Amino acid sequence: MNRPWLLWIPLAVVAFIGGLAIYGLAVPKDDQVHSAMIGKKLPAFALPAATAGVPALSNTDMADGKPRLLNIFASWCLPCKAEAPHLETLKAAGIEIDAIAIRDKPEDVAAFLAEFGNPFRRIGSDSEMAVQLMLGSSGVPETYVIGGDGTILFQHIGDIRAEHVPMLIEKVNAAR
Amino acid sequence: MRAFAPILLALSVPVFAQGSGPTPPMANQQLADPTQEAQAMRLMHSLRCIQCQGQSIADSDAAMAATMRAQVRQQIAAGEKPQAIRSWMIDRYGEWVSFEPDMKGAGLLLWVAPFFIFVASIWLARGLFRRRS
Amino acid sequence: MIAEAGLAALWLAAAMALLQFVGGLTLLRGGAGQLVPLIKPAAYVQGALCAFAFFALMWLFYVTDLSVLLVASNSHIDKPMIFKLAGTWGNHEGSMLLWVAVLSVSGAAIAFFEKRIDAKTLHATLAVQGFIALGFFAFLLFASNPFERLEPAPLEGAGLNPLLQDVGLAFHPPTLYMGYVGLSIAFSFAVGALLTNQAGPAFARAMRPWVLAAWIFLTIGIAAGSYWAYYELGWGGWWFWDPVENASLMPWLAATALLHSVSVLATRNALRAWTIMLALVAFAMSMAGTFLVRSGILTSVHAFAVDPERGAFILALMLIYTSIAFVIFALRIGAVKQGEPFQLVSREGGIVANNIFLSVILAIVLIGTLYPLAAEAMGDKISVGPPYFNKATVPVMLLLMVALLIGPMLRWRRDALMRIKYWLIGAAAILICGGLAAWKLAPDTRLFPLLGIALSLALAVAAWLPLRGRKLLRTPLPIFGMVIAHFGIAVSVFGMASESGFSKETLTALAPGESAEISGWKVKLDDVKPVVGDNWVAVEGEMVASKNGGTFMLRPQSRQFFKPEMQTSEAALLTRWNGQLYAVIAQPNQEGDGRWQVRLWWKPFVTFIWYGGILIALGGTISLFGRMFRRAKKPAINKWERA
Repeated sequence: MNRPWLLWIPLAVVAFIGGLAIYGLAVPKDDQVHSAMIGKKLPAFALPAATAGVPALSNTDMADGKPRLLNIFASWCLPCKAEAPHLETLKAAGIEIDAIAIRDKPEDVAAFLAEFGNPFRRIGSDSEMAVQLMLGSSGVPETYVIGGDGTILFQHIGDIRAEHVPMLIEKVNAAR
Repeated sequence: MRAFAPILLALSVPVFAQGSGPTPPMANQQLADPTQEAQAMRLMHSLRCIQCQGQSIADSDAAMAATMRAQVRQQIAAGEKPQAIRSWMIDRYGEWVSFEPDMKGAGLLLWVAPFFIFVASIWLARGLFRRRS
Repeated sequence: MIAEAGLAALWLAAAMALLQFVGGLTLLRGGAGQLVPLIKPAAYVQGALCAFAFFALMWLFYVTDLSVLLVASNSHIDKPMIFKLAGTWGNHEGSMLLWVAVLSVSGAAIAFFEKRIDAKTLHATLAVQGFIALGFFAFLLFASNPFERLEPAPLEGAGLNPLLQDVGLAFHPPTLYMGYVGLSIAFSFAVGALLTNQAGPAFARAMRPWVLAAWIFLTIGIAAGSYWAYYELGWGGWWFWDPVENASLMPWLAATALLHSVSVLATRNALRAWTIMLALVAFAMSMAGTFLVRSGILTSVHAFAVDPERGAFILALMLIYTSIAFVIFALRIGAVKQGEPFQLVSREGGIVANNIFLSVILAIVLIGTLYPLAAEAMGDKISVGPPYFNKATVPVMLLLMVALLIGPMLRWRRDALMRIKYWLIGAAAILICGGLAAWKLAPDTRLFPLLGIALSLALAVAAWLPLRGRKLLRTPLPIFGMVIAHFGIAVSVFGMASESGFSKETLTALAPGESAEISGWKVKLDDVKPVVGDNWVAVEGEMVASKNGGTFMLRPQSRQFFKPEMQTSEAALLTRWNGQLYAVIAQPNQEGDGRWQVRLWWKPFVTFIWYGGILIALGGTISLFGRMFRRAKKPAINKWERA
């Protein structure tokens, strides 16, 4: 063989694959699918009210100059129950929260609000997940920070825990 | 039959709670035009389910996959090109949602590699053949 | 008591493996080698001890000894006996014990039967095998002890993944593991031959049966796994290019290439370095595959016990084995003499083409499988799935088919295409006629299925041509094996092309009494009933499929398992000679209109995919028996033997 370096290629390939595998084991896998809509305007939608007594939600409702949170939730989702008190905390901090209820029935939403409180200004009902798809949302619960002009600024995937509350307050205040 | 009623009731609730919204009509219903349906099917096989991750939306029972199938069929029926619908999905979920990376940027090497390897292996093998008998 | 005895046997077996390895080291360092005579006996004892340990574990599963952690967490007193026994290997620890047991018993068999290679190479091979076994013993004893006790013992046991409670799947992972073990033996032979610089035809003949056996197991394992996914996942797909599937395909591709190149080395004394290289790659691929499946670093559809820590252990073993082997390869291969020369147009040339195409496919699958991981390391999240793999590999597979139309007809060393010009014209005629006929039948078919059908028709003829002019009774069995395996490829590719090109689909929602149409079949949903099984309940659709006066019952189920909770769909398959009707009953419509979602497919000739797989494995088996039979009859003496 007149090109001895060729013989070391297999070893190099093994080293590369090994490095990749070690990286794969060492770095926790990010299974979340992040929305690619960050920095873009909210898509146009108009959802009906999710339950009697709470107004419906459209994209124009969220472009009134005030930044806010948009919470994606469902009465059938367990983590949504867990995050309810933290949403109350956020509301108490003076932050307006709108919500979209996914694949839900009016009576279930009403029961959910009765049990866990209603921190929401408006709740739209997305029974077919169509708006969820438009937002690039991958599940429930999720919380978006929406700028005063209706721009999507930030996406929080999963339930809001106590440690996320100050971060969300800061994001909303930064958008003011 | 009566005795089985509770079982049947339990079965109508999916294991992974997915709520009780209606399944969008186009999710599990084919388009009337077979050409359009074939187009939609091919696109659905190339889009990755957001909830179940390992499957394409054409092979998944997840509610989100149903919504995405419905979206694909509706847009195809409205005369949208598959490529445009794919971009629509990528605009929302990033490159991740497509099972077929673009031939540019991060995916370029993936498409170039087979050609490169093919040529390289033929170049390596050429030394095996001798003219002398 | 049994559990402790099993554990003790494993420790002793590990000591034997160490003895084999150290004995080999002293031999290669040119020492006096007092340990060398112990290498073979150590291999026998190691084999016996490991077999004992495996049967001890099987016994514990047979009596459902719940004081053993592994039994308690993978079995259940109410489980059917076949699945209790399958529980022995239906989990990580047990499957690793099976791996080690087969490895050790094979080592003993080599030590006892192998007479073709010289004593030094045999001892070196056994030493390498001892080294590999040591790694797996460490893995078993330190990270996955199958005999660990549980205090206090539970009353009933935790069960088994319900998806794995299926006869097909109970035997699927062990089949693949057998294949991997076979490849590890080929690896030992290759490294042994490198170390003693004996990479000639004798080495190839000694290694060949193990490669062949491994390849047969891998073929069966992949075909069975594919059929399982086909009827269990409930969407009619039979290959998803999922990381776990790719992990099993890659060793098969390498083994197929190796199988062909080792034949060249055995009969023609050519392709020496390349054969050794492939043997190393094939085992590296089986370790990489095991790692990918067990570590869970890639997202997969197929639910398996995933454990990153054990994945890390397997990775460490893989890196140690393969990097040492490739270092030895790089240092020693220069000393391996060039083999016999041959020309481009020759049987060897055809096999080189086979090897190039298979290696390219292997590289594509490997790159595509790992690419998302590499992209993530660079900060991009992308997915690589079926559309990419199909576009990238199918053209190469079709080229491989073309090579297969010509290669087996050529003579060794040198030949002229003019000699087989009548066949070339005939093949071209079949290709054109077959392609045109398929296109006429279904004008909107895409290019790949069309080419696949045309090529498989030509190959179905070509496969038999090597028998032309031979006296059939005096034809060696391996030739028959080759012919049948190649014909199996034609059958399988025909099924794949037909399924992907001509399948019909009907998605609908039916209330009892309503019916749907598909490809001339009328399918009526008669009733939906609850059904109770051992550890599941299900809704079962009673469907009547009718066509041309014939009526058939179909009973698809949507099953709900408990312990652990899980939902699966059992498709109902109606097999006809020309295809399968595939029916699935899914959830009830959420609107509460009493309709059930029903999915129907007509898949023409889809069964040919697996019939072909069976033929391929059968061809391999015939060939294997032929080799063993011939060896028993006369020791092969070859003009290169003393070279």
